[in-house]
Amino acid sequence: MDFRFTAEQEAFRKEVQEFLEQELPEHQRQEDGWIIRFCPEFSRKVARKKWIGLTWPKEYGGQGKSYLDRLILTEEMLKCGAPMFAHWFGDRQIGPSLLAHGTEEQKRMFLPKIIQAEISFCAGQSEPESGSDLASLSTQALEKDDHFLLNGQKVWTSGAHEADYCYMVVRTDPEAPKHRGISELIVDMKLPGITVRPLVDITGEHHLNEVFLDNVRVPKNSLVGQKNRGWYQIMSQLDYERSGIERVVSNYPIFRDTIQWVKDTGLGKDPWVRHELAKRQTEFEVGRLLCYRVAWLLTQGTLPNYEAAMAKFFCTEFEQRLADSLTKIVGLHGQLLPGCKTMPLAGRIAREYLYCPAYTLQGGTSEILRSIVATRGLNLQTN
Amino acid sequence: MDLSLNEEQEMLKTMARDFLNTECPKTLVKEMAKDERGCPPDLWKKMANLGWMGLAFPEKYGGTGNSFLDLTVLMEEMGRACLPGAFFSTIVLGGLTILEAGSDEQKQDLLSGITKGELIVTLALTEPSAKYTPDGINVKATQDKDDYIITGTKLFVPDAHIANYLICVARTQEAKDPIDGITLFLVDTKSPGVSCSLLTTIAGDKQCEVVLDKVRVPAKNILGKKDEGWTYIQQILQKADVALCAQMVGGAQQVLEMSVDYAKERKQFGKPIGSFQAIQHHCANMATDVDGSRFITYQAAWMLSENLPCVKEVSMAKAWCSEAFRKATSLGQQIHGGIGFIEDHDMPLYFKRAKSWELTLGDAHFHHEIVATEMGL
Repeated sequence: MDFRFTAEQEAFRKEVQEFLEQELPEHQRQEDGWIIRFCPEFSRKVARKKWIGLTWPKEYGGQGKSYLDRLILTEEMLKCGAPMFAHWFGDRQIGPSLLAHGTEEQKRMFLPKIIQAEISFCAGQSEPESGSDLASLSTQALEKDDHFLLNGQKVWTSGAHEADYCYMVVRTDPEAPKHRGISELIVDMKLPGITVRPLVDITGEHHLNEVFLDNVRVPKNSLVGQKNRGWYQIMSQLDYERSGIERVVSNYPIFRDTIQWVKDTGLGKDPWVRHELAKRQTEFEVGRLLCYRVAWLLTQGTLPNYEAAMAKFFCTEFEQRLADSLTKIVGLHGQLLPGCKTMPLAGRIAREYLYCPAYTLQGGTSEILRSIVATRGLNLQTN
Repeated sequence: MDLSLNEEQEMLKTMARDFLNTECPKTLVKEMAKDERGCPPDLWKKMANLGWMGLAFPEKYGGTGNSFLDLTVLMEEMGRACLPGAFFSTIVLGGLTILEAGSDEQKQDLLSGITKGELIVTLALTEPSAKYTPDGINVKATQDKDDYIITGTKLFVPDAHIANYLICVARTQEAKDPIDGITLFLVDTKSPGVSCSLLTTIAGDKQCEVVLDKVRVPAKNILGKKDEGWTYIQQILQKADVALCAQMVGGAQQVLEMSVDYAKERKQFGKPIGSFQAIQHHCANMATDVDGSRFITYQAAWMLSENLPCVKEVSMAKAWCSEAFRKATSLGQQIHGGIGFIEDHDMPLYFKRAKSWELTLGDAHFHHEIVATEMGL
């Protein structure tokens, strides 16, 4: 056993910290920046450091680094609330999916552009009638001569209004059993027939969308992997999606800043405050270790499944408890919206509290994830 | 980073599990809860023959010089098996204190006896105030020429009734800061004035009240520096915390496995109850608590093995495991239904230990306070 990072990895962490200090101005830093802040300018700075596609093979422009290196990079970025959305999906899951299932042509076409932060992706999974039961999705893609004809609707699509492409899950065989008629397509968001409508969330922000597909003609070479085998491809992509350190450090900046505020104001002498923060710190440590395990398993060539699900539900529930604790620690100020001059910290806390219900929904609800741990991890029978 | 056990540790784990499955069946555990001594002599001897008593001690004292992390692996299996007897008290509380504080001569004398399985040594730390802080030490030791006279009551002393020696944590000086003026004395339990009575505990483990009535102890029996005893205790408590956490990890893992097995077998409404989401989610919660306990415990154990400062990590581990093991056994009871409530079943062994070990060496509240301090609050 060794819980340390190597000297090279520690040096890399330092390099990332220095980069952020120089390149990430204060106003671009925000809790949840990885999923709600689209900032191509910042993503291109990251790209210039060759930090997008860090784990991908060199022949496709990647750096061939380990998942632990990527974990370090992501951890430091998120601890600063970096706005990563413009390269987030491409880097986290689209690239790995293309590497696993894509054609040579697709890899040559998309991977270099993802790495250069020239294109951005959103992920089209959920539909109005298919949330947790994703395999019941009904967006149709009928195979015609040289294209698929798409009709249907996606929802909760983060960044669909900003992304160049959507990595979309569609039904290509309506007759087959539900898991066996699903395929994955890369859809150019500029195609005629696509309408994106904003969904303003509980914090008043717009990053979620509805995506309507009305006779959208998608070229056949947009199919990723095998037709009708998409479900099995998605399963491993979701494991990547769930497995990251982002699940435990999304609101880290506000945690760190509140601890500092508590120290500065002398509130740290209050027994309740001490215990509340110590509890959250302990949970943070456990969550961090559960995420480290997932990254470490990836370095061992093992694709995590129940471990990723476990890390995701534990960590996101921790982040909700954290947001709740912080509102109570700042007391009445915990209801002030961002922008209030009396206590800027409180505004961030309140925003975080409003945002945090999303954590246990996006990327698989806690209930679905617990069922995955039970059935895949503990071999309990599916009912 | 490497989150796996090495080959030797995996072997030790497998060997320990096989051995304890055979030699420490739950019938023996239940028998020992009712037994006056509570420490099966045959098993003790066999464990010594396997080298377990010497695992954590250097070769020159009869040990094998393994790491604290190796000991942690073994403690996990002991917790899984609910091993009765004086291993924790003799090896962790007694032996490691001697290793930390003793002179070379004391180590030669005592550790060689411990590693052979011939000596039982325990730590008499807590008193009726039941505190793990230096202000809880009120048993007094007064110098009388070349001896010290010790008077007072120690409470919750594990296995004192069968111990050859107690390491008595006593106050040799009233100081402004209660951390100062504490000294460790090696007390022969046969000394005049030492009386010991068993407490009746929920888990049937053997904890004692030890009354010291003008017990005369030669000054050469002081372990470590006079008046500076608490510094050793701080070191030992860290290791004891982690060793106890390891036992909790093992216990919680066993409860998880028992509960999942039961959920697969037990049928209601014509189906195994493990096919119902309510039960599945209980199991997922238990698994998360168990995995979390394992990583936070092994992180602390590894840091102790590497001599890295880890006050915060140790306290996070004890705070977390104390809650996690208790929660896991509560869910385990719920999944087992009525049968888990019956004394003959194995579940009560774990349910009782979870509460006992939660309280031992400080509960989550106690350790969160340390975490808060370490956070700079």
